[in-house]
Amino acid sequence: MNSHEPALDVELDEARSAHFFRMNHLPSRGAHRSLRAWWEAQPWEYRTDGGWDYERLRDGLLSFLAATKGSADRAPLRMLEIRRGRDKSGQPEKFDLVLRPGEVVCLVGPTGAGKSRLLADIECLAQGDTPTGRVVLIDGERPQPETRFTGDGQIVAQITQNMNFVMDLTVAEFLKLHAESRAIASPDSAVRSVLEAAVSMAGEPFGPSTPLTQLSGGQSRALMIADAAFLSPKPVILIDEIENAGVDRTRALEFFVDQGKIVLLSTHDPLLALSGVRRLVIRHGAVQEVIEPSATEKALRQRLAGIDRQLSALRERLRSGERLDSDPATTPAL
Amino acid sequence: MKLVTVAGPPSSGKTAIIVKALGHLQREGRRVGVVKFDCLASHDAELFRAAGIPALVGLSGNFCPDHYFTTNIEDCFAWGRRQDLALLVSESAGLCNRCAPHIRGHLAVCVLDQLAGVHTPLKVGPMLKTADLVLVTKGDIVSQAEREVFAFRVRQVNARARLLFVNGITGQGSWEVSRLWDEAPEDTPLTGGRLRFPVPSAVCSYCLGETAIGAEHQHGTVRKIQIPEAESH
Repeated sequence: MNSHEPALDVELDEARSAHFFRMNHLPSRGAHRSLRAWWEAQPWEYRTDGGWDYERLRDGLLSFLAATKGSADRAPLRMLEIRRGRDKSGQPEKFDLVLRPGEVVCLVGPTGAGKSRLLADIECLAQGDTPTGRVVLIDGERPQPETRFTGDGQIVAQITQNMNFVMDLTVAEFLKLHAESRAIASPDSAVRSVLEAAVSMAGEPFGPSTPLTQLSGGQSRALMIADAAFLSPKPVILIDEIENAGVDRTRALEFFVDQGKIVLLSTHDPLLALSGVRRLVIRHGAVQEVIEPSATEKALRQRLAGIDRQLSALRERLRSGERLDSDPATTPAL
Repeated sequence: MKLVTVAGPPSSGKTAIIVKALGHLQREGRRVGVVKFDCLASHDAELFRAAGIPALVGLSGNFCPDHYFTTNIEDCFAWGRRQDLALLVSESAGLCNRCAPHIRGHLAVCVLDQLAGVHTPLKVGPMLKTADLVLVTKGDIVSQAEREVFAFRVRQVNARARLLFVNGITGQGSWEVSRLWDEAPEDTPLTGGRLRFPVPSAVCSYCLGETAIGAEHQHGTVRKIQIPEAESH
């Protein structure tokens, strides 16, 4: 070992450095307890032709070790503010918005009205520098410049109808990988809670050994929702419509609320749109109205929830091969 | 003039995100241009020109693409200066993943396709390891969970770089990219500068056009695979 450069060496006695060696197909660590000692013990052919040099190897190992530390939890978000900007004609917007953990806020408005722009402003933590001129504040403050424009600094998790699982892994393997990437202390119990939550929302049960790519549409969506609620570090969840087949949508929203997420739900489904604490009417590139559900709307929501439960029951019966003309109690006049 | 090197596996979405990001800069009145390095054929120059972006194409033909890049980037830089560009983007596909076109003192960007799989960050080598900015494409069609796992895998290889999810089709994230490119280092001299990662040192008979297989045709520096001895019983 070079005694004049002791600070540059890296200790190898952690289990995680073993993982680094396996991942990079490096020759066995043997009994070496320092990276430099191991490197200098390798044959010269390996050191000259193997594609590594000591500096790169060391940087690689430090990166690898830092990745797990870097994903540690941030302080929980207490308040997200969106200061008013301009509409498409440059007219000032009427509302400043304040969103807090556990709130479900719905966005309504036709395609092209500016829903995506509002979501994009939140995603990039706009600072008056986007076409709308909106300013996003986190806990009352402007975000640090170095946390903008980075995946780690982004506060938004997204679930859209276009998303699929593409990895060739089972449900449990995948969830464990995700839990490990978060450096969660007990990944196994985290995996169990996500799986339980997902199955409780999905119409049809599935198990830990089901391959991700074999999940039905509803099962996939349920797993994505449970994972985003329990395993994603992002405090804001952005949902582009939850399709009504195969997912208990009311329960999905409850999971997010329980986990203290801020949910932005772009939907024209009456049951979901009335489930929010308020809904934002987007028109001509700006928030034109903020509506809190009235007593009448809340009563309507109750009725819709009942109809939704009846539809789910009918769907279950169809799935199991029943006829629907047999029992008038569950065959309502809609 | 700023030089930004963009590298990434074939079909990872480099061209699409470059067109979108440069569009934002053009609308702000910046003069921007692209030089595209490829091996045998490229139709991307038409895409750039259709977007009003001056473009050069360099085809390496029978030469090692990364050697070709290194021996030509100065001339391309001079071309960019003559065009009075504020920003020149060099785009090249990481062909064998062994090398990287990234140069010290110039913004280095790696584009990765989320659909290519969770092991991709490990396989692409120095074009990711030495990058300052990693752009992950096609994330809009995979789950949030997989995006987070992919980002973690990228950080395991390069903890230093910024990582952004972008969409070359809708342009999502391209405005953020254009902000970072606009802040890229300016006027770093290229002549006398250094690559961030060395290109291969070996030259063998196959580099010089040999096609025949067999030990008698192998001259120059040759590296042999190590196959463990089978246990004898």
